[in-house]
Amino acid sequence: MQNVAIADQLDELHDPQTFITKYVYSQDHKVIAIQYAITAIFVGLIALALSGLMRLQLGFPDTFDFIDPSDYLQFVTMHGMIMVIYLLTALLLGGFGNYLIPLMVGARDMVFPFMNMLSFWFYLLSVIVLLASFFVPGGPTGAGWTLYPPQAILPGTPGHDWGIMLMLASLVIFIIAFTMGGLNYVTTVLQARTHGMTLMRMPLTVWGIFTATVLGLLAFPALLVSAIMMMLDKTLGTSFFMPALVSMGESLDYSGGSPVLFQHLFWFFGHPEVYIVALPAFGMVSDVLSTHARKNIFGYRMMVWAIVAIGGLSFVVWAHHMYVSGMLPAFGFFFATTTLIIAVPTAIKVYNWVLTLYRGNIHLTVPMLFAIGFIFTFTHGGLTGLFLGNVVIDLPLSDTYFVVAHFHMVMGVSPIMVLFAAIYHWYPLITGKMFNEKLGKIHFWFTFLGTYAIYLPMHYLGFLGVPRRYFAMGSTDFIPESAQSLNASITISALIVGLSQLIFLYNVIWSLRAGKPAGHNPWEATSLEWQTPDVPPHHGNWGAELPTVYRWAYDYGVPGAEKDFIPQNHPVTDAEQTAGEHEGR
Amino acid sequence: MNILKILRDKPWLHSTADATLEQYSGPDAVAASRIMLRFVLAIVGVLFFLFIITFLSRSQYPDFEALAGSPWQPFSDSSRLWFNTALLACASLAIQWGLGGTRSGKLNVTVAGISAAVFFTLLFLVAQFDLWLRLQSMGFYLAGNPANSYFYLLTGMHGLHLIGGLIVLSNIVFRIWYDRSVDSLTAPLRLCTTYWHFLLGVWLVLFALLTSTPETINTLAAMCGF
Repeated sequence: MQNVAIADQLDELHDPQTFITKYVYSQDHKVIAIQYAITAIFVGLIALALSGLMRLQLGFPDTFDFIDPSDYLQFVTMHGMIMVIYLLTALLLGGFGNYLIPLMVGARDMVFPFMNMLSFWFYLLSVIVLLASFFVPGGPTGAGWTLYPPQAILPGTPGHDWGIMLMLASLVIFIIAFTMGGLNYVTTVLQARTHGMTLMRMPLTVWGIFTATVLGLLAFPALLVSAIMMMLDKTLGTSFFMPALVSMGESLDYSGGSPVLFQHLFWFFGHPEVYIVALPAFGMVSDVLSTHARKNIFGYRMMVWAIVAIGGLSFVVWAHHMYVSGMLPAFGFFFATTTLIIAVPTAIKVYNWVLTLYRGNIHLTVPMLFAIGFIFTFTHGGLTGLFLGNVVIDLPLSDTYFVVAHFHMVMGVSPIMVLFAAIYHWYPLITGKMFNEKLGKIHFWFTFLGTYAIYLPMHYLGFLGVPRRYFAMGSTDFIPESAQSLNASITISALIVGLSQLIFLYNVIWSLRAGKPAGHNPWEATSLEWQTPDVPPHHGNWGAELPTVYRWAYDYGVPGAEKDFIPQNHPVTDAEQTAGEHEGR
Repeated sequence: MNILKILRDKPWLHSTADATLEQYSGPDAVAASRIMLRFVLAIVGVLFFLFIITFLSRSQYPDFEALAGSPWQPFSDSSRLWFNTALLACASLAIQWGLGGTRSGKLNVTVAGISAAVFFTLLFLVAQFDLWLRLQSMGFYLAGNPANSYFYLLTGMHGLHLIGGLIVLSNIVFRIWYDRSVDSLTAPLRLCTTYWHFLLGVWLVLFALLTSTPETINTLAAMCGF
């Protein structure tokens, strides 16, 4: 614990030399970030393929013999869990958190690099344990990503033996990994900021990642608690969550447990998890918008306050996921109220993004396109959230495709749009090469229009009452046949969007070899990560001397300045000083 | 650090004052470890808080039979638990004594303090395990009653956290071995000491909870709205 980060000891001997120490057994935050990112994108592609299989079944029922109802439930479960935890959380915090925090606050590395490395290896282990469940008897669990007991561990649910145990074990390992990484992120932000980098001079990306990490550190224990207790219920026959019940004609040894208790624990983690994913995305999109609109972010302080407020509020809204489980009306009222209050800071953020664009010098680069796309998808998903936050509207809609459409828009598509924006934005820094702009734009339009082709019709399916989680509708009186045509069209759109991601993968890999050299700071950004002496940054990031920060990260288009941006490490000129005093800002 | 004052900062205003300050040369490892420990304590605190909340919630179901309160329940006579508590308290005192040794630069006091702390901690763990065996022999099995389940679960989790602490402490012991310098020990040992006191506190809460009578548990549960 006491060790100073290796990169802080400016001793040549510590520079990793061999391939193994440089790229595999590495304590460099940038390498760990890339390891995290590659692993996360790899499992994400598996989850994407699973969603393709689900859509094939839904769009064209009775066509594919290799998908039976159990398979379908397993696909749903694994798709959800992988996307939320193993892709989004890992890529946003393990990937971008690791890469950007030290660079943006002007540190040489994370404060505890060894623990940071362990964090990745535990994450990899959790992914391996998770994927192993595809190859065990009974296959992966099909309990739904929420893993509700009692069904999760009872016969009749796919993977009730091995699958669920591997899932819970994998989650426990993931939580350990996240905690080790998360402790690093918060400590680095609080303790390793370079000279002049006050908290309020940090880019919003760091604020988003920092707050999300604090949420994660405090929320993941709830998942840990529920996973441990469910494992005991499964293996040792305790009755924490398992009520007395008869299964397959036999009465089981369980008695008296409370399944709703599990739901409370799960969602006490599950709702902050939404913001663990959203807050880093909020932060990164703010920086991308500001940089590519050549204008300071509108209402920086308000943006920081909103991030902190959303983080705090996210702990008191969890039961809005449980309206249909039944609860005291007064609690329903309380949770509906807190849920709607969250809309206030969130709306402030959306207005500020739009106002940042207003009269900005907008460059429609690929990252900017994705960032603007995010404003659309997020507003859209957020507005349907206002519907579902109300108890009376949630009850009829809860088990329909309306909810599927809502949460995919708000926490599926939106963070993914930001991830693409972020990957395109920081790709020149990470690799030193430019990506292919044309391919990037094609990728954007396929993804952006495609997601609307997928999720907009889903809202209508929800209004019709088409239930979610069903393998096939069969013949139902209240669902018109046209719903099936809509489903088929959604499937075709989904397959096109899924395949169009290959353009992105091709672009990323092809540009590594054949992309134009990016040079220093191709976007002319102000924040510190673009001011490193080398691109991509070398081990230790800053050469002999740490940078000194003189200003915030949003000095774009400053009147009277030489260029339309002033990097954070440029000293304040006397002219600026007097101009500031004169204006009385 | 006043968080409200920080959040009111106006970063778009320029000040040249920063530039005159002396050069910053990297993070302070001791301060960083201290911040990390605070977060660790918060996380462990949340973990046990959630366990306790579920305990209180589960206690309101009819099949719950608290382990104390009636003469035939094992913890109505809590002397055995008091003995274990004394062991853990001794460990806390010993590690504090060892910390005092590093402050006054006495290597032998440090070694003796840490050794005693490890000894008492291990003894506590053995005594807890023996308690498990005794409950088993009395027919209070893990799955027999939710109160039993919680007893094994809570003591088990607490024991695991102590073992984690021992692993970190052994790292420090090896540092004495290699460095033989007491000065470099003070900071990490202080963190370990805090962790030990914290786990003693957690144990006292668990102890109080597990030996509570049904009436006390019901009152606590009612206060939480269950």
